[in-house]
Amino acid sequence: MAAALTAAQAGLIGCEHCGLLVRAASADEPGHCPRCGSPLESRRRQSIERTWALVIAAAICYIPANLLPVLGTTTLGSTEYDTIMGGVVFLYTSGSWPLALIVLIASVMVPLGKLIALGYLLISVQRRSSSSNRERTRLYRMVEFIGRWSMLDVFVDTFTVALVQLSPLMAVSPGPGVMFFAAVVVLTMIAATTFDPRLIWDAGGEPESRIG
Amino acid sequence: MQTLACPDCDLLQSVPDLPPGGKASCARCGHALATGTAGPIGRPLALTIAALFLLIIANIDPLMDLSAVGRHASTTIIGGAYQMWLEGQQATAVVVGFCAVVAPAGYILFMLVVLLGAGRTPVPRWVGEMLRWADRMRPWSMVEVMMLGILVALIKIADLAKVEPGIGMAAVGVLMLLIPAIEVNFDPHAIWHRVTWVEPKSSPPIADDSAPGTSS
Repeated sequence: MAAALTAAQAGLIGCEHCGLLVRAASADEPGHCPRCGSPLESRRRQSIERTWALVIAAAICYIPANLLPVLGTTTLGSTEYDTIMGGVVFLYTSGSWPLALIVLIASVMVPLGKLIALGYLLISVQRRSSSSNRERTRLYRMVEFIGRWSMLDVFVDTFTVALVQLSPLMAVSPGPGVMFFAAVVVLTMIAATTFDPRLIWDAGGEPESRIG
Repeated sequence: MQTLACPDCDLLQSVPDLPPGGKASCARCGHALATGTAGPIGRPLALTIAALFLLIIANIDPLMDLSAVGRHASTTIIGGAYQMWLEGQQATAVVVGFCAVVAPAGYILFMLVVLLGAGRTPVPRWVGEMLRWADRMRPWSMVEVMMLGILVALIKIADLAKVEPGIGMAAVGVLMLLIPAIEVNFDPHAIWHRVTWVEPKSSPPIADDSAPGTSS
């Protein structure tokens, strides 16, 4: 194979929607894809700034999401509140530790891991790091793939609330934490789409020698 | 044979025509660039029609029934989101409604329109537009996450009351498998290859990706 050449170096743009390889009219105004009509972008616009903004917003929401109750259970007049961790502990003590582990991973570790991973990717791109590009791209793909699973607890809370409406005996209502938690998931999912993995490779680097 | 830029690392490379089941990955970052599928329309269309039926059943029938000391309660997917709304969690209700109902329904309907439209020659331009909408819906369609959420809720409640899974839940279970099956059997490149270009004059006589088009 010939020497590695990126589309950007060749003055070409791969359309993000239909994949067509197009010669850019000019670097500043690449125009539209002649096949599907969507605007062409060599790199996603303001990728770093937008992703940072979303990551910071998500990190702020992550705090009330974990501290505020997600569920309130009213039994005969008295109400007990549960946070996300409380729900995990409840599942663990009621004997289903595999479920407790799933909820712990999906609701606590995945959102936190996503924030750390996106932060790391952003900082490494800003410092123009050129090492372990392949691993960083893999990390990005994992963030993209796994993100949706942290919505798990929102669904658990929704269906618990919907079903346990046996007042005055027992009723479950959602707490303010659910909203923040859903916000964390939505914001990190959008952050994963605003980050442009091609930036990882723009600093150049070692793996080019692997192609041959 | 066509030349592509990897969407994940921008490397230019030639991808050979693939046999059914074949897969091409980026030489530099490993991104799956293209897959070879048997028929571009028949199998995904059959799966999409099946998914449409299950989507309707999943949204009409109750997911589960609960009974405790002579009282009964049951819920549908929409019922869950609506209860959240009633309890003052409107924002959460909208997110749940979107990820559990709107996005899966949108994905299935857009795919249905794409696959029906792609059977025509020439493939009309709006097929491309619909395909873009299906792509936009896909990440937000969380049927499989919802299924796991329902199961966890079921186990949590099982201690308090008698819970029985309903027909809706079985439908969600099958739908959860059908949506990825549509994706695996569907090759968007095959559709894009045949779709009518927005700018017909700048396109080569045969829509061939190996000749980079020009944009003016």
